[in-house]
Amino acid sequence: MHPAPSVIAFTTFSGLGFGLLFWLGLGQPAPTGWVAFAFFALAYTMAVGGLLASTFHLGHPERAHLALTQWRTSWLSREGIAAIATLLLGGLFALLRMWSQSGPALGWLVSLGCLATVFTTAMIYTQMRTVPRWRHWTTPALFLTLSLAGGALLANRSTAALVLLALAAVLQLVAWITGDKQFAQSGTTLATATGLGEIGRVRAFMPPHTGSNYLLKEFAYAVGRRHALQLRVIGLILAFGVPIPLLAAGLTHMTALIAVLAHIAGVLCLRWLFFAQAEHVMGLYYGKR
Amino acid sequence: MTTLPPPSAVKLGLVIDLDTCVGCHACVVACKGWNTQSDLGAPLSDQDPFGAAPTGTFLNRVHSYEVTPEKGPTQQVHFPKSCLHCEDAPCVTVCPTGASYKRAADGIVLVNEDACIGCGLCAWACPYGAREMDAAAGVMKKCTLCVDRIYNEALPEVDRTPACVRTCPAGARHFGDLGDPDSAVSQLVAERGGFDLMPELGMKPVNKYLPPRPRDVDQIDVLAPLLAPVGSDGKGLIAWLDRTLSKLPGARD
Ligand code: SF4
Ligand code: SF4
Ligand code: SF4
Repeated sequence: MHPAPSVIAFTTFSGLGFGLLFWLGLGQPAPTGWVAFAFFALAYTMAVGGLLASTFHLGHPERAHLALTQWRTSWLSREGIAAIATLLLGGLFALLRMWSQSGPALGWLVSLGCLATVFTTAMIYTQMRTVPRWRHWTTPALFLTLSLAGGALLANRSTAALVLLALAAVLQLVAWITGDKQFAQSGTTLATATGLGEIGRVRAFMPPHTGSNYLLKEFAYAVGRRHALQLRVIGLILAFGVPIPLLAAGLTHMTALIAVLAHIAGVLCLRWLFFAQAEHVMGLYYGKR
Repeated sequence: MTTLPPPSAVKLGLVIDLDTCVGCHACVVACKGWNTQSDLGAPLSDQDPFGAAPTGTFLNRVHSYEVTPEKGPTQQVHFPKSCLHCEDAPCVTVCPTGASYKRAADGIVLVNEDACIGCGLCAWACPYGAREMDAAAGVMKKCTLCVDRIYNEALPEVDRTPACVRTCPAGARHFGDLGDPDSAVSQLVAERGGFDLMPELGMKPVNKYLPPRPRDVDQIDVLAPLLAPVGSDGKGLIAWLDRTLSKLPGARD
């Protein structure tokens, strides 16, 4: 799949923003006054910034409000509703927190909304029968764990961050090990795609067009897949390898900044791989994966 | 509404005969032509059409495959592909705006371009590569089964069929109601063993494909027997001519 920068930025930053808001909702930490303002402002900048980035790849962003209407069937629609509801409730909660420690129940609701938003984002990908790599429980599990881990790191919850980062690293490894086999296991091949497998071995002989097209650009993106192993190692080191020992050693202001920046860069790298390595069955028609 | 309607009794669709298709791409051109002048939606745009790297929106594309059986010569199969108007259409249910829908009356899957935000998710959900985002209009385009022809009483009756079917010079494309077991298309599917593409994905496509008929295994060319030497001990005018000419200087055996 084509790794659109807007979608990578959106899933990474809104994941982090909603992750931070999750911990703020739980009252972990529970600052008041300007400190509270700063925490909420950070969460909102990332969550809202991510959501805005996601509208950049739309053909008609001016009609985006219509995307809230089909929640009965569409995970994208559910995500939009969950995000907006959570941000509205979170705004109210932030206002209350500026003045006092009030409204814990509202906070829990906000945290629940954060979980729902990240889960619905992950389900947009998990639901795709066309992308076997994504169609696995590790997709929502990893999206949620990464969001909560990054949020814990930003919220300065060292123990929680340590545990969640370790868990996310394990889940990422499981996702890669299982994911690398899922296309073959799905049973979809050029033979089933064309129905010609009964006759003999099928090979794509001539594409329908000499140039490229939307389908090839969007679904048969293979650039950089040959560097996947290197990028996996770099992603693991940045997202988990740098912050985990720093957290274990106890964070100072300086090491906290390094841990956060490394983690964000690492998650961006992992997200890039999430898209670039996902093979869409449509590619088979072009003899590609 | 992106909730799929209950399965309709009428299921309009295409039956494509892989045995007869000669890969001429006439259906591709007819489709592009009709849907570019149609009032139904934005024209199918091209980008850099006369330049070095032309691209464009097409709703029907013809692939070509090579099939090598265990025994016998390799075959080439031309393979036209457009929206299969799936019964369990995942492209409809993923759409966040309700722009994508399946018609309850005849099962045609359409896009209401005025509600499409161009998110591309429906194209992700389609395993067949049947949806293409138009780069100029920023909305999703797909085969409409020429819904503006098949019911169009302003057209002569012979033209009330999809443009690709109307134009196919080989008669490789058939249009009809696959929900009616007695329809000509259903009969054809039953007779020729029509099949679904990627049946394991469970999209339940309405369009069916007819397999290439079995080829002769031990004979490369059906004309070969007719081209065999007819013998040199013949009688009659041709044989006399042959003998006489063979005696002339410069003649070959
Ligand atoms: S072929 Fe693709 S676009 Fe057409 S109905 Fe099926 S899934 Fe949807
Ligand atoms: S591109 Fe348009 S039709 Fe397709 S899912 Fe998005 S809004 Fe719906
Ligand atoms: S017009 Fe007919 S013969 Fe030509 S490519 Fe299309 S289906 Fe095949």
